[in-house]
Amino acid sequence: MNIAAARRNAINVVIPIVFGAAIVALWQFFVDWRDIKPYILPTPSSIGHELVHSIHLLRAASIVTAENALVGMVLGIIVGTLLALVANRFRFLSELVTPLSAAISAVPIVVIVSILNNMFPLGSQVARRLMVLIIVFFVVFVNVSRGLRQSDATQVELMRSYAASEQQVMRKVRLPNAMPFLFTAIKIAAPISVTTAFVSEYFGGTQDGLGQKIPAAMSSSKFPLGWAYVGAACAVGLVFFAVANILEFVAVPWQRARSSR
Amino acid sequence: MTDTLLDAGTPGSEGVHDDVVLDRARRQLPVRKALMVPLALALFVVVWEGYKAIGPADGGSIFGWKIIPRTNDRAMPHIIDMLRRFDRPEVRGANQRTVLAAVIAATWYSFRVSLFGFALGVVTGLVLAAVMARFNIARKAILPYLVLSQTVPLIALAPITVSWGGKIHLFGLDFEKWMSAAVLSAFLAFFPVAVGALRGFSSPKESSLELLDSYAATWSQGFWKLRFPSAVPYLVPAFKLAASLAVVGVVVSEISIGLRFGIGRLIISYYQDGTSDPAKVYTAVFGAVVLGLVMAGLVALIDRALTRNRPMEAST
Amino acid sequence: MTASVSAEGVGKIFNARTKKQVDALVDVSLTIEPGEFVSLIGPSGCGKSTLLRLFADLLEPTSGKLLVNGKSARQARLDQDYGMAFQQAGLFEWRNVSRNIELPLEIHGWDAAKRHDRAKEMLELVKLSEFANHMPWQLSGGMQQRVAIARALAAHPALLLMDEPFGALDEMTREHMQAELLSICAKTGTTVVFVTHSIPEAVYLSDRVVVMSPRPGRITAIVDVGLGDERNVDTREASEFYGKITEVREALRGAEHGVGVAKVAGIEDR
Repeated sequence: MNIAAARRNAINVVIPIVFGAAIVALWQFFVDWRDIKPYILPTPSSIGHELVHSIHLLRAASIVTAENALVGMVLGIIVGTLLALVANRFRFLSELVTPLSAAISAVPIVVIVSILNNMFPLGSQVARRLMVLIIVFFVVFVNVSRGLRQSDATQVELMRSYAASEQQVMRKVRLPNAMPFLFTAIKIAAPISVTTAFVSEYFGGTQDGLGQKIPAAMSSSKFPLGWAYVGAACAVGLVFFAVANILEFVAVPWQRARSSR
Repeated sequence: MTDTLLDAGTPGSEGVHDDVVLDRARRQLPVRKALMVPLALALFVVVWEGYKAIGPADGGSIFGWKIIPRTNDRAMPHIIDMLRRFDRPEVRGANQRTVLAAVIAATWYSFRVSLFGFALGVVTGLVLAAVMARFNIARKAILPYLVLSQTVPLIALAPITVSWGGKIHLFGLDFEKWMSAAVLSAFLAFFPVAVGALRGFSSPKESSLELLDSYAATWSQGFWKLRFPSAVPYLVPAFKLAASLAVVGVVVSEISIGLRFGIGRLIISYYQDGTSDPAKVYTAVFGAVVLGLVMAGLVALIDRALTRNRPMEAST
Repeated sequence: MTASVSAEGVGKIFNARTKKQVDALVDVSLTIEPGEFVSLIGPSGCGKSTLLRLFADLLEPTSGKLLVNGKSARQARLDQDYGMAFQQAGLFEWRNVSRNIELPLEIHGWDAAKRHDRAKEMLELVKLSEFANHMPWQLSGGMQQRVAIARALAAHPALLLMDEPFGALDEMTREHMQAELLSICAKTGTTVVFVTHSIPEAVYLSDRVVVMSPRPGRITAIVDVGLGDERNVDTREASEFYGKITEVREALRGAEHGVGVAKVAGIEDR
C-alpha cells in the first residue's frame, strides 16, 4: 500500500523534527528561566539573530575552511588511490604503510598540526591543507587497498585463464571492484576533512578560517556570534557529507556501501 | 565413538586441529604488532632527517606556491636535539625541573582528564543506545541527530569552553576548569559510541531473537544475554574513535581554557619560546604523542578483554 | 492422555485486507500424540514453518483453536513446555558449548550448580562431553547442531519443535544426525514436530508425515509411515522405506496438482 508506506515515511521524518524543535524550545526557555549568562550558553534566538545579521562574515570564514578541506581532501584522495594501486602491486609497500597509518591515527591531530605549522611560513594555508591531505590519504589508502585485495577470486581466475596481463587484471577486475570502497572512503573522509581543517586553523596561521574566528569571537565576548560560527562549521560539514553521498550515488549506484571504520 | 570418527570427516570438524592453528595465529599477532611500532618510529626518523638533509633551508616554492617546508634548525630541529632537550631544565635558572619532568607531569594530567571524558562519554553513549534500542520512538527521534553528528565538526564547540573555564555552576556543583575540558571531550566521545552501540544492539539475527522469545525472556534478559554481547564488534571501533576524539577534545579545550597543567597548554607555551628554543616544542609534542598512544593502547586492551573468546577477524 | 498438540481449524493470514494479503495457513486441523514424531513437509510457501511458529507462540493464529500440552500456546511458552531448534544452530559465539546449553536454564533462574549438572547431562546425551569448554566456531556444523539440540532439550521439555535443523549439513552428516536424533528422543520420550524439505528424512524419522501445499497453505495428506519403532542403517535400504518415500512423493505431487484429498493406499487424509 503506497499510502501506508508514505505515511510511515512521513512519520519517521516528523518525529525527529518535532524532537529537535522541542529541544530548541526547551533551550530557550531554560536559558531565560535560569538567567544563564551568554558566556555559558546563549539563547537560540540570539544565535539565530547573528546567523542572519553576520551572514557575510560567516560565509567568508566558511569558504576559507571549506577550501582548505577541499584541497587537502582532493589531493589526499588522489595520492591515497595512487599509492594503494602501487602498494597492491608491490606488497612490501603496504607492509610499510600499515603500521605508519596505525601510528598516525593514534597521534592526536593537534600534534602533527603544530609540527607542520612550524615548518611553513606564516600566512600560508599549506600547513592546514597538508594536514587534511595526510589524514585523508590514510583513510583512502586503507579502504582502497582493502577493495583491491577483496577482488572476486573467481573473476581474477577467469582473467588468468585468458592469460591477461597484470595491468589488464588491474583495470578490468580490481579497479571496478575497488570503486565502492573508494566512495566509502570519500564518505568517511569528507567530514574528517572539515574537522581536520578546522583544528589546523585553530593552531595558528592566518586569522581567517572558522578555527580562528570562533575563538576570536569568544575572546571578544561576542558569544552568539561564536555559536553562529559553530553553526556555520556544521553547515560546511553537512555540505561535504551530502556531496560525498551524491557522488557515491552517481558513481556506484548499484551499491550503497556501508561505512567502515 | 563412531560419532567423533564420522564427524572427523566433515569439513571444519577438526575441532582439535583448530585449537592448534588458532593458538599459533594468536601468538604470532602480538609479536608482529610489537615490531611494527619501532619500525614505524625508525621510518619516521629516517624520513625526518632525510628530508632535513636534502630540503631547502628556507623552504621553497613550486610555481610560486610556497609548498616546500623549511628545513633549517629552527623549523625542523634534529631529532637528537629534541631528545637532548628533555634532560635540560625547562627554564633557565637554578632548581628548575627538567623538561622531561614537566612533560611527564603535563601528559599525566591530560591523560586523567581524557580518561574521565572518555569514560563519561562511553557510559552516556551506551545508556542512550540502550534506551533507543528499547523504545522505538526514542530511536526515531534521536538517531537522525546522531548520524548527523558524525558529519559535522563538533570539535568546533571546543573553543566555546574558553568562556566556561571555571564559571559553570550546575546541579549545585562548581565546575573546575578541567571539568569543562572533560565535558567537552565526553561530548565528542559520546556520539560515535552511541551510534556504534545502537547498531550493535540491533544486530542480532532474527532467529536468535526468536529463540529468546521462545524462552519467554524479558527484554532486559534479552539485552544482557544477546544484544550487548552481539554489540561488541561494533563497540570496539567506536571506542577507538571515541578515545582519539576525547584526546583531541581535551587538548584543544586546555588551550582554550588555559588549563595550566595540561599538555595542550604546555605545547602552546613552549611554542611561544619557539624562536629561541625550537627543540622545546617538540618535547611537548612527544608528550602529546605518548598521550594519544596510551589512550589507543587502553582501547586495545579493552578490545582484547571484550573479544577474548571470539573468532578472530581479519584486520585491515 | 492430553495430546501434545491439538489444532482445530487453525488459520494464519498476513497483511489481512491489504493488497499484500497472504493466506499462509487455512483450516489446519492436526492432533499430535505424546511421544510421536511428526514431520511437516511441502514446497516453499506451504506454511510448514508458519505452522511450527504458531505451535511455538512466536506467531498468533488468526482463526481456529490451538492447544499445546493442553494449554494455550502462550501459556505453553511461558511454562517452557517446548524446546526449539532452527536451521542455523544459532549458538552464541561468545559463549562456550556448556554455557550455550545453559542459556534457557539461566533465563529461568536455575541456580548455577543445577545448570552445570544439567548441561553435563545433555552433553553426554549428544556425545559431546569432551567439548564442553570449546567455542562454537571450533566445532563443525554437525557438532554445532548437536549442541543446539542439547540446548533445546536442556529443560527436558515434553515437546521439541525443529525447523529444518539439518538443512545446512552435508548428506552424510545429515543421515548420521537423524540417527542421533532418534536415539536421543527414544531415551527422552519427547514429542517432535519436524519441518523438512527432504522426503527420505521425513520418512526415516517420523511416525507420520504431514504433507502440505501452498496457496493457500493447508494440509493435503497425512501419511502413516508405519515402519515400526526401530530404525537403523538397514532401514534406509529396505523396500518398505522406498515404498513410503514414493507414497509421500506422490502425495506431494498430488497436492501440487491441486488434488485436495489423495486416496493412495495407506494414506490417512485430514
